[in-house]
This record gives sequence, C-alpha cells and structure tokens, in this order.
Amino acid sequence: MRSNLGFFSDEKFRSIFFQTLVVGLFALGLFFVISTTSYNLEKRNIATGWSFLQNPAGFDISFSPFLEFKSTDTHLKVYFVGVLNTLLVSVTGCIAATILGFILGIVRLSSNWLLSRLVYIYVEFSRNVPLLLQIILWYSILIQLPRVKQSLQVLDVFYISNRGLYSPRPIFESGFSYVFIAIVLALISSFLINRWAKKRQDKTGQQFPVFSSSVGLIFIVPLILFFILGSPLSFEHPELKGFNFKGGLVIRPEFIAMFLALSIYTAAFISEIVRAGIMSVSKGQREASAAIGLKQTWIMRLIIIPQALRVIVPPLTSQYLNLTKNSSLGIAVGYADLVHGFGGISLNQTGQAIECMAIVMATYLSISLTISFFMNIYNRSIQFKEK
Amino acid sequence: MKKLLSIFAVVAFAFSANAGTLDDVKNRGFLKCGVTTGLAGFAAPDDSGEWAGLDADMCRAVAVAVFGDRSKVEFITTTGKSRFPTLASGEVDMLARNTTWTISRDVNLGFEFVGVNFYDGQGFMVPSALGVSSATELDGATVCIQTGTTTELNLADFFRLNGISYEALPIETNDEGKENLFAGRCDVYTTDASGLSSTRAAASNPDKWVVLPEIISKEPLGPLVRHGDHQWGDVVRWSLNAMIIAEELGITSENVDAQTSSNVPEVLRLLGVEGNYGEMLELSNDWAYQIIKQIGNYSESYEANVGPDTPLEIARGLNALWTQGGILYAPPFR
Repeated sequence: MRSNLGFFSDEKFRSIFFQTLVVGLFALGLFFVISTTSYNLEKRNIATGWSFLQNPAGFDISFSPFLEFKSTDTHLKVYFVGVLNTLLVSVTGCIAATILGFILGIVRLSSNWLLSRLVYIYVEFSRNVPLLLQIILWYSILIQLPRVKQSLQVLDVFYISNRGLYSPRPIFESGFSYVFIAIVLALISSFLINRWAKKRQDKTGQQFPVFSSSVGLIFIVPLILFFILGSPLSFEHPELKGFNFKGGLVIRPEFIAMFLALSIYTAAFISEIVRAGIMSVSKGQREASAAIGLKQTWIMRLIIIPQALRVIVPPLTSQYLNLTKNSSLGIAVGYADLVHGFGGISLNQTGQAIECMAIVMATYLSISLTISFFMNIYNRSIQFKEK
Repeated sequence: MKKLLSIFAVVAFAFSANAGTLDDVKNRGFLKCGVTTGLAGFAAPDDSGEWAGLDADMCRAVAVAVFGDRSKVEFITTTGKSRFPTLASGEVDMLARNTTWTISRDVNLGFEFVGVNFYDGQGFMVPSALGVSSATELDGATVCIQTGTTTELNLADFFRLNGISYEALPIETNDEGKENLFAGRCDVYTTDASGLSSTRAAASNPDKWVVLPEIISKEPLGPLVRHGDHQWGDVVRWSLNAMIIAEELGITSENVDAQTSSNVPEVLRLLGVEGNYGEMLELSNDWAYQIIKQIGNYSESYEANVGPDTPLEIARGLNALWTQGGILYAPPFR
C-alpha cells in the first residue's frame, strides 16, 4: 500500500503537486473565459479594440468643473472628466466624513446622556439604511427646493434652487498674486516656527505662542497686503438670465446629494472606529495625565488621540476605500462620475462594454491602491517607535 | 485531467453554440421579449397589470406566430442602456423597445433591425408657462435627456448647429425624466415625439405642457434581433409585415374569418389558405391568420394604443400606409 503512494507520502512533493494543480486550473479557467469571450464577440460581429477612445463622444456632459467639455471631444476626455468628478466627490467626501466622524466619535463617549444617545441613534440609522436609498433620499429632497425662478436668496449673493447653489465667483485681478505669495510664505514660516518652537520646548521647556503667531502670519499679514494693493479681488455675481442663472459658481444638487449621503453614511462608520480607538487606550493613561495636572483638552490631544490613532488608521483606510468605491452609485442621481459617463454613456454609445469596464475597473483599482499606499505610509509614521 | 478537459470543452460548446433562436423559443414554451420600463402607448402595464401598447403587441404577434397563443410571452423590462447587453447576451429573444434603427447599431453592435413599427422624430416638451414657441429659443436651458440614446447625440448636434448652449441633465428612465421635468429641475424634456406625447398624457394637467413644433431627427423605431440568426429574424420581420399587409388588404380581427373565403389571392396566401408560407418559416400555416385574429392588423393596434382616440393623440402621419399618404410599406406577400 505504501509503495503505491510513494510520491504522495513525501510532504514536499505533495504540496508542490497540489499548488501546481491549483495554479494550472486557475490558468485554464482564465484561458477558457478569455477565449470564449473573444470567440463570441467575434461571432456576433461586436467590434473590439481601443480605437474608439479617439472617436468624438457626440454627447455633452454638463458637470465638468475642471475641464471644459464639448460634444466634439473624444471618449478619452469623457474618461478624464469622469475620473476628476469621481475624485472630487471622493476627496471632499473623505474629508467631511473624517471631520464629522471624529467629532461624533468623541461626542458618543461624552458623559452627556442626551448627546451620546443622539449620536447613537444617528450611527445606527445611517449605518443600517442602504447607501443607495440615502443618496436618492437626499436627491429627492433637493429637487423639491424652489424652482429656479423662485430661488431663495441668502445674504443677497447666494441663490438656492433645485438647480443648485449659486454663489459669486471670485475674480483675481493683477496684484492678487502678491497676496497669494504672502499666504504661501506665511504657511511655510508657520511650519518652520512650529518646528523651532517644538525643539526649543524640548530643550528648554519654554513655550512659544505658535497658534496665535501662525494665525497672525497667515491671515493678518496677507490681509494688510491685500488692502495696501487696493483690494485686487472682485466677484462675478450669478444673474438670472433666461432659463438659468448665468455666471458665478454653482454646486449642483447631484453633487450635493452624493456628497451628503457619502459623508454622512461613512461618518457613522468612522465615528465607531474613533470610539473604539479611544476606548482602546487604557484608563490608566487618562488618569495618569490628569494626575500630573494636564488640561482636559490637552489630555485628549497629546495623550489619548496619538495612541488611539494607531488603532484608528488601519480601519479608517478601508472606510476611505469604501467611500471612493461607493461614489460609483452616482449613476442613481445622474452624477457624472466615472461609472456614469465613461462606464455608462460611452459604453452604451460605442457598445464596447468589455473595454470600457476593464478601464473603469483598472481605474478604481489604481485609486484604491494609491489611497492604501499613502495611508500605509501615514500609519507607519504614527506607530509606536521602539527606542 | 482528460475528463476535466472534456468537461471544459462541453461547457465551452454550450456557451458558444447558438441553436436557432426559434428552436430555443419553441423548446422553452414562451417568448422573452425586451420592452421599455414603461412608456404608455408603447409598452406599459395597463389597469389590469397586462402589458399593452404598440411594442407589446409586436411581442405578442411574434408569440402568436410561434405558439398561436398571445399569452405565451414574458415581458422583460430594459432601460435605454441595458437593452443592448440584454439582447446580445441572449436574455431576451428580441427587443421591441422603441429603438431607433441606426447604422452603428445594425453593424457595430451586432444586431439586426427587422423593420419599422413606428416612424418617429425627436421633439421637445416645455411647460406652456415658459412661453417658448420654438426650440431655437432654448438658449441656456436645462434639458432632461435619457442617456445612451440617439436622442442624446441629436441633442448635442442640434444645439451645436444652432450655436446655442444648454445644460444636459442625464436621466436613466422615462419616469425619472418626468419627475425631474415636473419638479422643474429641467426646463425641457427631449425624446421621441411619441414619448413626449406619452409623458404629456401622463401629466396631471396635460394642458400645462406643450410639445414644440421642431422635429430634429429621423427616429425609425423597430423590433430587432441578434445578428446572424436569419431564420429567427425572418419570423419577427414577417410577423410585423403580416400586420401591415393585413391593413393594406383590409383584413381586421373582426372580418378575418370571413376573409378566409375571399377571392383575393394575396388574402388567401396571407391567411394560409393557399401556399405553404408558414412551413417556409417553420411555423404553422395559419400563423398570420392567428396574428390578425388575436392581435389585429397594424391599424387596429395603432388606434388602440397611440391613435387620436387614446390619451396620446398621435395622428397617423408618417405611419399611415403608403397608399394613404404615409410611408408604411411592407414587401408583397408571395
């Protein structure tokens, strides 16, 4: 009996054999899928290849805040517009979700019973209702706003209607570049002051008013310069002309609905992550800091948060990835993101579904890997450094 | 390993081999027909939940041709975007989904349009309160537009040609378009004129909406099948033609029984009394008789679903027979 299975009784041979078998089966499966697909595509006379990217799109995209888009532009440009719109809602969503999530996570732990219960209700509600429904809910609310001719006017310069939020657009005149340079210089010098102050405190124990001096540098100096230069900034106000407001900046309800739904939904998860992170810091740390007489806000900022971050950042990364991927639901309200524009309209007008989907998937993969990469760097920088 | 390979080979065969669609349909026992998500007059569930409309009748006519039974059809809803993948993947046997016949769809997408069951053109609908009387006055307007349609491309062309600007609000379904238009999120809704009439008819107060006079495109709408299966294409094509020819010959669902003893040769051929045209199509010889008996001729279907006496109030216009000032024309039945 043993002699029949001679080879199999060798553990090394066995593991190599099964691993080769698995890889071989996988490759065979992949080959099968690809060859069947290309065979069927050819048989049904469905065009393949990448040349469609250079063809004119033929349709218009209205929501393109970064690139000017015309119907004569190519499908490749549709792709770039889509990527930028996806990034716009993802980045703004991540920032808002992080801020909201941190605040809510801390409030949830507050000793105020009412506040903590309210956050609890919020978290349970938004975590447990499908995101798609929340997006549609926000959009349905937003298009019930007054029509464009009856826009609500806020502070004489903002107009709110179901076409979006219109605000004046700043126009930078000559001379404003000096103000801009001043702001950049102020930012750099505040950063340097902060470093110097920290070093000095480490060495001598003396503190320097970093916060107030930075505020002075960043806000007051450029402001004085601005007035000296004769206020080189004017605003273009939106005006109701014909069917729509002309001029000014506009934020569309499709974007607002996506932004609100994504950030509110993700903030609920982040607040739980933050709460878990804070609770993971042992009670002794807080008591010890209180014992040496640190202020309550300092305890949070200097002792608890830095330790909690080590627990918070890895799951936070996956929330950022979720939010970015969830932004593909924009199609539900016609938000012109990557899936809607390139993966939807271009796909449908050219019929090249496999190519379009492959590009869209590769793009989401790249965005996600980039986010992971930077979050991993950040994670490494806050980990406990053993000396 | 050898066994495994042969399993793969069998699966590959099952995936790639296309038995004739007609045989598939016969074996399945019912027709799968792709229709819109709901466009009154063309394909929408009526009060009793039955699909009704010009396109729904087209589906039923094919079911009658194959099975002799108008109920042997499953309606599968498709959006402007999902319709082509649904047909290409074999999820439906045919589309009757007010789809415009264009060269790229016929050639590049691998489909075959078998005829035209409605000659349409793209129009614009606005609230009458706007006081707009021509589409060229729409400079700066927000336009609701269904994505993935020919109308989307025509719209861009029209505004570019006239040197006026617009903001497109992309929508997926006709219902979404209605909702956005009625809420004032867009000023204008553009789609095929028949679709506008249908949307207007569904408004709570149709008088508040006007369809502008401009028709900016040709939209021949017709049923389509997958490219390459000519036998199945012929069945769908002649189911449509049979209804048109029946109108030409004056055969209706009411007089069809009497017409079987007619002395007009083409009537006898169509009704299967003479010749073996049904066999040629691998159908029963009374297939056309059954279509006319159970569905009616083209005119009956038109008048019942979209004609002047329906809420859509669309005059025959281009869709009248070629003998009556329209362009509806079917090849001879011989």
